[in-house]
Order: sequence, then structure tokens, then C-alpha cells
Amino acid sequence: MKNKTKGLIPIYIMGKEYKVPATLTIMKALEYAGYKFIRGCGCRGGVCGACATVYRLPDSYKINVGLACQTVIIENMYLTQIPFYPANKALYNVEKLTGAAEEILRLYPEIARCLCCNTCARACPQDLEAMDYIQAALRGDIEKAAKLSFECIMCGLCASRCPAEIVHYNVGLLCRRLYSKYLTKEAKDLAERVKEIKEGKYDKQVDELVDMSKDKLRKLYAERVTVE
Amino acid sequence: MPYPDNLKELIKKVEATRKSRMEQVKRGEHFPILDAVGREAILKKYHPDYIQGAKRELRIGKNKGSIVPNEVADLLESRPLVDINKIDLQDVDYDVDVLIIGGGGAGSAAALIAEENGVSVLIATKLRHGDANTMMAEGGIQAADKPDDSPAMHYLDTLGGGHFDNDPQLIKALALEAPKAVKWLEGLGVMFDKDAEGTMKTLLGAGTSRKRMHSAGDMTGAEIMRTLRDEVKNRKDTIKVIEFSPAIELVLDENGKCAGAVLQNLETGELLLVRAKAVIIATGGFGRLHLQGFPTTNHYGATADGLVLCYRAGCSLRYMDASQFHPTGVIFPEQNVGLLITEKVRGSGAEIVNIDGEQFVYPLEPRDIESSAIIRECLDRKKGVTTPTGRLGVWLDSPMIEISKGEGSVKSLFPAKYKQFMRHGIDISKEPMLVYPTLHYQNGGVTINERAESEVPNLFVAGEASGGVHGRNRLMGNSLLDIIVFGCRAGENAAIKSKDAAQGKLSLMHIKEYNNMLDKAGIKTDRVSPMILPDYAGKIG
Repeated sequence: MKNKTKGLIPIYIMGKEYKVPATLTIMKALEYAGYKFIRGCGCRGGVCGACATVYRLPDSYKINVGLACQTVIIENMYLTQIPFYPANKALYNVEKLTGAAEEILRLYPEIARCLCCNTCARACPQDLEAMDYIQAALRGDIEKAAKLSFECIMCGLCASRCPAEIVHYNVGLLCRRLYSKYLTKEAKDLAERVKEIKEGKYDKQVDELVDMSKDKLRKLYAERVTVE
Repeated sequence: MPYPDNLKELIKKVEATRKSRMEQVKRGEHFPILDAVGREAILKKYHPDYIQGAKRELRIGKNKGSIVPNEVADLLESRPLVDINKIDLQDVDYDVDVLIIGGGGAGSAAALIAEENGVSVLIATKLRHGDANTMMAEGGIQAADKPDDSPAMHYLDTLGGGHFDNDPQLIKALALEAPKAVKWLEGLGVMFDKDAEGTMKTLLGAGTSRKRMHSAGDMTGAEIMRTLRDEVKNRKDTIKVIEFSPAIELVLDENGKCAGAVLQNLETGELLLVRAKAVIIATGGFGRLHLQGFPTTNHYGATADGLVLCYRAGCSLRYMDASQFHPTGVIFPEQNVGLLITEKVRGSGAEIVNIDGEQFVYPLEPRDIESSAIIRECLDRKKGVTTPTGRLGVWLDSPMIEISKGEGSVKSLFPAKYKQFMRHGIDISKEPMLVYPTLHYQNGGVTINERAESEVPNLFVAGEASGGVHGRNRLMGNSLLDIIVFGCRAGENAAIKSKDAAQGKLSLMHIKEYNNMLDKAGIKTDRVSPMILPDYAGKIG
């Protein structure tokens, strides 16, 4: 047993006690305890949403949530991961949508069931105002929903806690796609450059570089000026 | 945890020099950029690629005699994961036109384009769809679309950054197709940073001479990945995705053409045989091999499986001796060790300073040069800062951004990073970050041509698994670009190829032959590969 070593604290992984170093994240503590992840582990840096975890502390009824890779363990915590959540995702052809306000409600009618309980926002490890963006989507304010949901990592904790069974992160994703595609202006420089390239305007310049000797290229590279 | 008192004391030294450093920036002055001779010297002396004993010659295969990192040689000089005699090649589980191995950015882009070319597509991925380094890419994607920029300048920047070893045809494709790639993403609804007129906000990246870095906050890769994944899901009748099922071997036909793969269900262990007319490897890189024990910014699944599969099938590798160490990996707090701090932080004005608050390198040198300078400062000049757990690093002075661009700018420019540090009680708009180089990118990989074809017929490779696009050192913003340009190219060319592919009997003879080569070379080992997942069980990973 490792439990006689100094600096170790007990945690309960799915009800079973393990003693692990106090400074570890939940993810590293699970590994230290001997687990090798298949599910429940991804980028290990808080952006992929693979490692949603629920835990409870003794003497409290409260269920807490967090990302295993970002949450430092707490003595005597009882924890388990949510390896998969059977969430609903609407299927759509984005080319056939228009960015009209009612499209969100048509694809995700369940957002009308939102109780404004704010449980989703409290469950969000990114501290996003999940309820606010669902309400914005419901009002047809796609821009607001897109911006408020931008930092979503799609871990699914909001959906797992929602009494109205809304899948917030998929609603946010739809709003961002519609906002970006239909409600912001197209980048003109970009479109123009794509056209010029298609017309072959840059072929000669690039081909000259392809055929150039390394010595000449080195010289050209050294002499180039950076425009800040 | 927040900075302990001794580090807080040291931060005062950074603050003490900040004002004069900022005035210097205002005057348009900066720390001298190294010339070609200076760069060469610092690389050879300090870059981890040049450490004695960290590499060895490959004893078998197409690259016999080539020097690769020991960890890569170990993987390539290994036995198959399962006894191939147990695989019944008559019993086909999936029959498709195009099989894509890997569900990251390159694989997803390839799937969409292959599908648009009218063929059936199967994505097999080791973890979840979207579990990939793409998701973690922060800073941006390059494309020469501004009036003062051109594809030729993008070409030249990329080539210089890659030490002039990039494959000319591959960078030609990369630079000329970059605007089209970004336009495609814009059309899919990726939320790029734009001004009110729709003009893309672009920044300089290290080693680029024009502002051509397009971003979506500091979650550019995540925004691209979740959009591509959503689009793949919307086409579920024509693109099938099998998760938690890595490929463990490629299958060829009796004529040596690639004809499918053997997958293994990670949860049940079941083997699944996929027959395909063309196969795309989009398995990503090798960060989780932890070369020389370095921490890594990479995803849990970055174990170079595709390299092993392709090498056994007869592909050659390029530039596997050149690894990218990102100059700014987090070393404090301990929970964030190895995490990437995007180059956009330096692009936005943060400088790198030593324990005395002094600058020692131009903040936007190419990554290998910047990394080497940091290693020199810490190991040779002894001007590094030591963390409570004994890690050594330098300061990345992020509060400079807050001061020059106004209050709240760190939070709005780097929302994800701001949050990641605030969780541990560190406000990076007020306190600098501690950083050290971390293993970031596999510069080399499987040899491909401009159609993303490998040397094995009907086998395509795209993204980090391929080699040649970036030469010996990749520039920021060129990997998100690489996965889109070559992902799309692989998808299109694999689809075309699959339409006229006459397929012979399925075969695993190449694995038998590889085993024989190991025997003949006298390699006695019980190592098996691909690795599939790193093993941190019982350790602190």
C-alpha cells in the first residue's frame, strides 16, 4: 500500500478509496491510482471536453462538476467520470439555412422548455453563461448566442444537468455557424485573393521560387523586410 | 496554485524593467534578430535535436541508415500488436470506397471532400471524433490574403523557417491554396476574428514577414475542429464514423496496393477488417512519445501510430530527425505543465525575459531558434527561474499586452488561457507566465507528393503524419493550414483513385516480410507497436 507515504490524501474513485499526492489533478490522480484511460481523457489541457467529471464531498449533498484535467483533487472527494452522454444533435444542411431567427427553434424546439434555472451555467467548467445564450437563441438573437458560447468546449456537463433536456453546446455550435456564415460580412480581401489565384496571377512568382537555387533563396529570405 | 512568495519577489524584477522595455518598443526598436550564422550556431549548440545519444540509425525498412529519435526507432523496430495469422482476410466487416484513419482536422476535411466526390467514406478514429491536436491549436491559420502579401511571400517565409528543406511542390500547394482553405472554412461557418466590414483580423507570427495569421480567439483549432466535426455529423448517411477503434495494421492487396486496414475496438478488443479502395492516414504526430523525457503540448492520442503502419507497408519517412519544441510551454503551476502558450501572445507584444527581467532573444524568432535561446539562457547562462518542483524556465511577460492594448485585452485576446491560469489563482494580465520549451510537433513524417499520395499505391497521408511540407521546422499557423489543404487534397485524390481501383486479393504479406526483416537484422525485442495510447498508470503523467 502506498498510503503510508507522506503527502498522500484519500479520494474515492467510483466509491473505492485510493491515496494519491495532494497536488494532482483528478486526471493525474486516476492515473497515479493505476487507471489507464480509454474514454474520459483527451487533450489534457482543458479544451477538448473529454473529461467531464462529477464529484461530491463528504458532509454535503451537493453534486459538483469539473474537468478531470483541470480540477485539483480535494481530500475525501467521491468522483466518477461521464465517459459518454447520448445527447441530441439536429441534422441540417448549413447551405440551406439562412441565419433567420426562427431556425434555431425549428431545429432545437426543446430550447423553449428552458426553465431559467441556471443549472447549466453553474455546471459549466468554462464559466459560460449557458442559460443566457439559450435564452438569446430562443429570442432569435443568434449573434449573442454565438458570442456567449464561443469558449464552449462541448464537455456536455450543461446538458447532463439540464432538467429541460436541452443540449446547450449543440445549440451554441449551430448559432456560431449561422452567425459566421450568414450574419457577418464575407471577407473581401480573401475572396479577391482566391479569385486572383484561380486566374493564375501568382503562378509565375511561385514557380520562380520553386525553380530557384537554394543560395538565391537564402539571399532573398535574408533580405526580405517584415511589415509590422 | 498562485505564485509562491519567492516567485512573487522575482516578478518584481520583471516589473522593474517593463517600463523601459515598453518604451523601447514604442520607439520601434527591438532585440536584435539573429542572422543566419548566429541562428545556425545557437541551434547546433542548444536545440534538443542536436543532443548526443538521443537518436540512432534505423536498422530496417525504407529508411535503413536514417537517423531518427530513439523513441521513434523503438516503435519502428517493434513487432505487430496482434498475431496476423489470426486475422481472417475473407471476413470483411466494412467495405468502403475511402477509409480515413484518424478523426482530427485532416481526416475530417478529407472525409467532407471525398464525400463531395461521390464516394462512400468511413472514418476510423482511436478516441472520439475530434480528439486531435487540431483541437488544441490556438494561434491561427496562415493565408496570404492581404493586399501587401502574396503566396510567394508565404512560400518564402515557410521555406526559410523550414531551413530550406521543405519540398517545393508541397509548399507551392500550401501557399497557393491557403486563401481557398480559409475561404472554405469561412463558408462552413467558422467564427474567425473579423472587423465590422468582414475583413479578417490578421497578426504576425514568428518567422512570417506579413500579417497573415487568421484566428478565432485563442481557440482557432478548436473552432475549426468542432465545425468540421459538426459538418461530418450532418452527413451521417454518407460518412460513417467509428470511434475508439484505432487501425493497428494496413492491409494491401496482392499487387501491393493499399486495400484497407485492421482496426481494433479499444473497449472489447475485437478486430475489425475494413476493405477500402483507397486509404488516407491522418493520424497526427508523436508528442506522446515524450522524446528525451520532454513534456508535450500534444493530445493523449499523439503516439505516431500512422508512421508505424505506413513504414511497415513500405513507405519512406522524411525529416524524422527534426522535432519541434515549442518555445513557450507552461512550467508553472504544476497542473498546467506542458500546456501550450500560443505564439500569438508574443505576436501581440509579450516579451521573453530572464530571472533579472532582461531580454535575451527577439520574441518572434522561428520556434527552434527561440527554444534554443531559452535553453541557453537557463542551462548555460544560469539565468532561468526555478519553480517549487525544480523546473527551470523564463518569464513570458503577458502584462505588456494589457498595458499596450488596454485593460481587458489579455482576457479578450486569450480567453481560454486567461481562464486556465485564473483557475489556479494567477492573473496573466497582471503577472507574467513561466515557460520552457515543450515537445510540440513532428516536423517530418511519411513522404508524400502534392496529391498527398505516399509511395504505396492508393495510400494517402495528410497532416502531421506526413513529412516534407514544413521541412525541418514548421511555422506557426502552417499546421492548421496543412491539415486543411492536404486533408482536402487527400480526400479528393483518394476519391478519384477509388473509382478506378482494380483490387486484388487482400494480403498481410508485408507484415510477415517486416517480421522477417526484424529477424534478419538481429533485432530481438518483445516491443510491440503501434503504441495506441501512452501508459501513465501508476505514474504521474
